[in-house]
Amino acid sequence: MAALHHAKAGFKGFMRKAWSPFAATPALGWLLSALAAVLLEKWLGLALAHALGLPKIPMLFGFIIALKKPFLIPGTLAFVFIIYLLPMALVARFSAPLANRASRALLKAPLAVSALVHLALLYAALHVWAEVSDYRDITLRLTMIAVMLTLSLNVINGYMGEFSCSHPGFMALGAYAASVFTVGLFASDRLFGAALLPPQLAPFLFPLALALGGLVASLGALLIAVPSFRTRGDYLAIISLAFTFIVKSLIENLEWVGGPRGLSSQPDLASLPMVFAVCALCVWVINNFVTSILGKATNAVRDDETAAEAMSINTRRTKMAAFMFSAFWAGVAGGLFAHVLRYVNPATFGIQKLAEVLAMVYFGGLNSVLGSVVGAVGISILGEALRPLEIFKWILIPLLLILVMIFRPTGLIAFREFNLRRVLSPKEPPQGRS
Amino acid sequence: MTHFLQNLVNALQWGSFYALIALGYSMVYGILMLFNFAHGDIFMVGAYIGFGMASLLLALVAWGGLALPSWLILVLTILVSMFLTAIVGVIVERVAYRPLRDAPRASAAITGLMVGIILETGNLALLGASRVRFPSLIQSVTFDFGGVYVTNKKIMIVAVSISLMIALHQFVKRSKWGMAMRAMAYDYVVVPLMGVPLNTIAALTFGLGSALAAAAGILFSVAYPVLDPYMGIVFGWKAFVAAILGGRGSVLGATLAGFLLGFIEIFVAMVFPSTLRDLIAYSIILVILVFRPHGFFGEPYSARLRL
Repeated sequence: MAALHHAKAGFKGFMRKAWSPFAATPALGWLLSALAAVLLEKWLGLALAHALGLPKIPMLFGFIIALKKPFLIPGTLAFVFIIYLLPMALVARFSAPLANRASRALLKAPLAVSALVHLALLYAALHVWAEVSDYRDITLRLTMIAVMLTLSLNVINGYMGEFSCSHPGFMALGAYAASVFTVGLFASDRLFGAALLPPQLAPFLFPLALALGGLVASLGALLIAVPSFRTRGDYLAIISLAFTFIVKSLIENLEWVGGPRGLSSQPDLASLPMVFAVCALCVWVINNFVTSILGKATNAVRDDETAAEAMSINTRRTKMAAFMFSAFWAGVAGGLFAHVLRYVNPATFGIQKLAEVLAMVYFGGLNSVLGSVVGAVGISILGEALRPLEIFKWILIPLLLILVMIFRPTGLIAFREFNLRRVLSPKEPPQGRS
Repeated sequence: MTHFLQNLVNALQWGSFYALIALGYSMVYGILMLFNFAHGDIFMVGAYIGFGMASLLLALVAWGGLALPSWLILVLTILVSMFLTAIVGVIVERVAYRPLRDAPRASAAITGLMVGIILETGNLALLGASRVRFPSLIQSVTFDFGGVYVTNKKIMIVAVSISLMIALHQFVKRSKWGMAMRAMAYDYVVVPLMGVPLNTIAALTFGLGSALAAAAGILFSVAYPVLDPYMGIVFGWKAFVAAILGGRGSVLGATLAGFLLGFIEIFVAMVFPSTLRDLIAYSIILVILVFRPHGFFGEPYSARLRL
C-alpha cells in the first residue's frame, strides 16, 4: 500500500515536472496552439498521411483507424505526434509570453470582449478542424448539441436535485416545433405544401424557429412543473417519464407532422457557425442562471425544501422557473438536432436518448457547468472513437460509467464552477515555488 | 358483453406479466429505497435462460435420454430458470448496487441503467441479432365459455402468476426471512444494528425479485414465443410505472397496479385505435399521480427519503 502511495506521488511529481514548461501558458496560448495544429493539418495533413502509409488523414485523432487496422498504429501515432502534439507543445510554450501580454491587454477591456476573442479563436480552430471532412463536421455539431442537452438536464438533475426523465420529450417538442416552422415556411414539402417565404430569409428566421421550439418545450414543462409542487423524487421521475412517453406517442399519432414515419426535408440551416453560436450562448446563459440568485435558490430547494421556504424562497416559482428554463434549452437543442440530421422521427426520443443524456450528465458531474461539457464531449467522442468495436462499444461504455459511479458517485467534475475571469486571465510563471 | 369479457381475460393475462415484474421493483425499493433499473433486462435474461433450458430438455428428450412429458419440461424450465435468474440478480446486486450503498440514489439508478445496457448488449453479442423462437411446450386448447374464448395457456399463465404472488405474500408475511425483509423495509439503518444482515437480505430480495421476473419472462414466452434482446425495455419501464403507481415499496400495491396497467392498456385498445394506447394509458397515469402523488398504497413523502 505504501509503495503504491509512493508510486502515485512519484507519478504526480513527474506529471508536474513534465507540465512545468506549460505552466505559464494562458487559455489564449492554448487556443493559438490548437489553431496552429489544425492549420498544419489542413496544409500538410494529407501529404504526411500518405508519407506515413495512411490512406487518409486520421479523422478522430487516430482512434478509429488504430482500432480498425492495428498494423497502422505506428503511422497513426507518428501522425498525431507530428501534427498535433509537437506543434501544440511548441506553440503553447513559445507563444506564452506573447499570449500573456495579449490576455492582459484584453482583460483591460470588458470581460465580454476577452470572452468573444477567445470564442472566436476556438471557433476558428474547430472550423479548420471540421473542414477536413464531413464526418468531423457532423460529429462536432452533434457533440455541441449534446453539450446543450446535458447542461439543460443538469439544471434539473444536478442543481435542483430532481430525477427528470423528461428531456427526450422536451427535445422532441422543440425538434418538431422548429421543424414545422422551417419546413412550413421554407420548404416545398408533401405535408405542408409549397414554400411560403423565399429561402433567402431562412437563415435570419432560423433563430426564431429555435426559440419557438424552446418555448413550446417550456410550455410542455408546465405539465411536470405543476405536479412537482406536491411531490418529489421517484414520483416526479415517473411523471416526467410518462411525459416523455406521452409526447412520443402524441407525435406518432399526429398525421400532419408525419406520424411514426417522421418529418424530413428541413432546410440545411444548422451549419457549424450557427450551432457553435447557439451552443456558446446556451453555455453562457446557463452559467449565468446557475450562479444567479434563482440558481442558488434551486440549490436551496434541492438541499432542503422546508428550510428554503423558511428562508423566504418562493419554492414554487423556483421549481417552475428551473423546469421551464431547462426545457427551453432542451427544446432549442432539439430544434438544432432536427436541422443537423434534417430528419426527425418520434422513435428517436425514447428511452435510449434518455439513457444517453443521463449517462453524459452523471459521467461529467452533477451541479457543474464544466462537468456537463466534459461529460457530453467525453461520451460523444468515446462513442465515436470506439465505433470500430461495433457492439462491444455498448459493453465498454456502460462498464466505464459503472466504474465512474463506483469511484466518483457524483461524476468526474461535480460541484465545481469555473470562474470565467480566472480562465481568461494571463498566467504568471511560477516563481520560486517549483 | 362477450367482447368485454374477452378483453377482461386478455387484460388479466397482460396484467399478470406487469404485476410479476412490478413486484421485483417494489420489493427492492421497499428495502434499499432504490429502483433496480436493470430489472426489465433481468426479465429478458429470464426468458432467454428459459429458452435455453427448454431447448436443452427437449434435446435430451429427443435423443432418448429422458422420457419427460412436456408439461413437466415446462415446470422444470420455470423452476430452473427462476433459480438461475435469481443468481443473476444477486450478481447484479453485488456488482452494481452494493458498492454504491452510500452513494446518492441517482448514481445507483445510473449503474442500474448501465447494467441493463450491458445485459442487452451481452445477449446480442452472444446470440446474435436474430430473434429466437421459444419452443411450444403445451398444446394450445381453446375453451368456449358462451362466446368467450379462453386458451389453456391463458389459464395456466394467470394461475401460475397468482399462485406465485400468493407464495411471495406468504413468504414475506410468515417466514423468518420475510420478517427480516419487512423489518429492513421499516428502517434499514437501525435494523442491521439489531443483528439482521443487511447484505444477505438485500441479496435475497434481489434474488426473489429476479426469480419472479424470470417466471414472468417464461410465461410471456409461452404466450408470445418470439424473444429478442430488447424485449425487456418496454416491459421493464411499464412495470416500473406500475410499481410507482401502486405506491413504492408496497407489494400489494404493485400487484394491483400491474393488473390495473394491463386493464388500462387492453381496454384503451378496445375502445380507441391501438396507436393511441400509450398516449391514453400514460395520460391516465399522469392524472392519477397528480391527484394521488404517492400512488395507491405509498406513504406520503417523508424524511425517510435520502437523496
